[in-house]
Amino acid sequence: MKAAAFASQLLQLAIALALAPLLVGWVNQCRAWLSNKSAPPLTLPYRMLRKLFMKDAVIADNASPLFRVTPYVVFGAMCCAAAIVPSLATDLPFARAADAIALVGLFALARVFMALAAMDIGTAFGSLGARREMFIGFLAEPALLMVLFTASLISGSTSLPAIVDTLAHREFAIYPSLAFAGVAFTMVSLAENARIPVDNPATHLELTMIHEAMVLEYSARHLALIEWSSMLKLFNYSCIGIALFFPFGIADGSDWRALLGAVPILVAKLAFGGFALALIETLSAKLRIFRAPEFLGTAFLLAVLAMLVNLLLGS
Amino acid sequence: MATIPLYAQLINLLAALLLLLAFAMLAQRRVLSLIDLYAAQGLALAIGTAIVAHATAQPHLYWSAGLTLLLKVLLLPWILYRLIRKLDVKWEFERLINIPTTMLIGIVLVVFAFNLALPISQLANTVTRATLGIAMASVMLSFLMMITRRKAIPQVIGFLSMENGLFFAATSATYGMPMVVELGVALDVLVGVLILGVFFFQIREQFDSLDLKHLEKLKEHD
Repeated sequence: MKAAAFASQLLQLAIALALAPLLVGWVNQCRAWLSNKSAPPLTLPYRMLRKLFMKDAVIADNASPLFRVTPYVVFGAMCCAAAIVPSLATDLPFARAADAIALVGLFALARVFMALAAMDIGTAFGSLGARREMFIGFLAEPALLMVLFTASLISGSTSLPAIVDTLAHREFAIYPSLAFAGVAFTMVSLAENARIPVDNPATHLELTMIHEAMVLEYSARHLALIEWSSMLKLFNYSCIGIALFFPFGIADGSDWRALLGAVPILVAKLAFGGFALALIETLSAKLRIFRAPEFLGTAFLLAVLAMLVNLLLGS
Repeated sequence: MATIPLYAQLINLLAALLLLLAFAMLAQRRVLSLIDLYAAQGLALAIGTAIVAHATAQPHLYWSAGLTLLLKVLLLPWILYRLIRKLDVKWEFERLINIPTTMLIGIVLVVFAFNLALPISQLANTVTRATLGIAMASVMLSFLMMITRRKAIPQVIGFLSMENGLFFAATSATYGMPMVVELGVALDVLVGVLILGVFFFQIREQFDSLDLKHLEKLKEHD
């Protein structure tokens, strides 16, 4: 029993690591299709990672150890998060280590290290990106917490597997509060994953970039780890979204057949989610950076409304 | 949660949607999107009324749902669109308070409305009583919209959306008003919009703008 649970935990982590680049490739492909361009191959992110891992790293003279450590810390935090979020099964031994609040803390840890490393070299772009990242982050985090609290109020627990258990494996009910929370969560994940209304993942234009500005100084294996962890971040956010709002099909226990059945369902949901993301990105224009507080303020407000509606309607 | 029947869950969902749309209207900058949002709110209201009618077997509510659909989803938005085309005002930037502050005030209003509605809804014995708070909140949000907008057209849309909120309050608290009252209100709203449309032209002819701050002066020359 214990061994089976650990096996499902390991399987989930392995699938997260393997599928994260594919998800990014899929989103890029959909974006290209939607804007009438010929699409890059699905496997492009894998090839990019392999290329980066094979190169020799170049590090600035004045880089401190913090700069070298950061890619590993960020990657580790994202792996931890991938292990906590129930994407395949709810019987995860590792998930007991951290609940939804600690999950937000893990994302914050990664963010803080990224910002510190960006400022470490002392280039103008690095500190500019770091400042913008923290600016977005401090607005997005409370909204994310509120979304998770709404789901916790419904299920009476802040542990993600318990929330998914309540939402997926009990009698079907419509939760109006989750509709609000869903909109808020979409907005937060767009901001957190450096997607179009807030940041443009494809740009290298100095004045508009946020995430790219922070990682300019990295190369080779460090850059590969950073890129992989931002892919993992997108994957994690998609999985949190699926777990909170479309939890049907996530395996109950750690039975092998249920687990194997959950994999194609997860892939299908991710494919749909990736397409929706590409659609949102194609349809919306990038906001001016000082409009971002308004965008994220709306997300926070919707999340608070979700909690209020939950308290009023009791559902 | 499973004790609540499905139609009540659907009504709760639509009520939540109504509140969401009220907030979206509060945050909207463009007049044309504001009208679309108003039409969407009317649609949510019509569907909600039809569900209440089906659930409680009250045929007159079907009529009022149909009336809502005809008037608030099709006719009034069409009139407003025409007005805007004729007045040639597409953009709307001016407001007295900036959007995030407005939203925060909106949240406070929602909390206030929910608190206010709790004791009242305990007196009611309809299945939809829990949504009374949402109806009151959307009335107050529309009111806030009327206060914070400076131009005439958004104020009128705020007024119309307030009527939506009141209508929803009536449906959720008492399964709708008598048919005569509803017909009267519907005609009032229609005539009101027509008259206000005439007013828009008069205001613009007089002041070359739809900004209502010009109306605050009492004398022509100061």
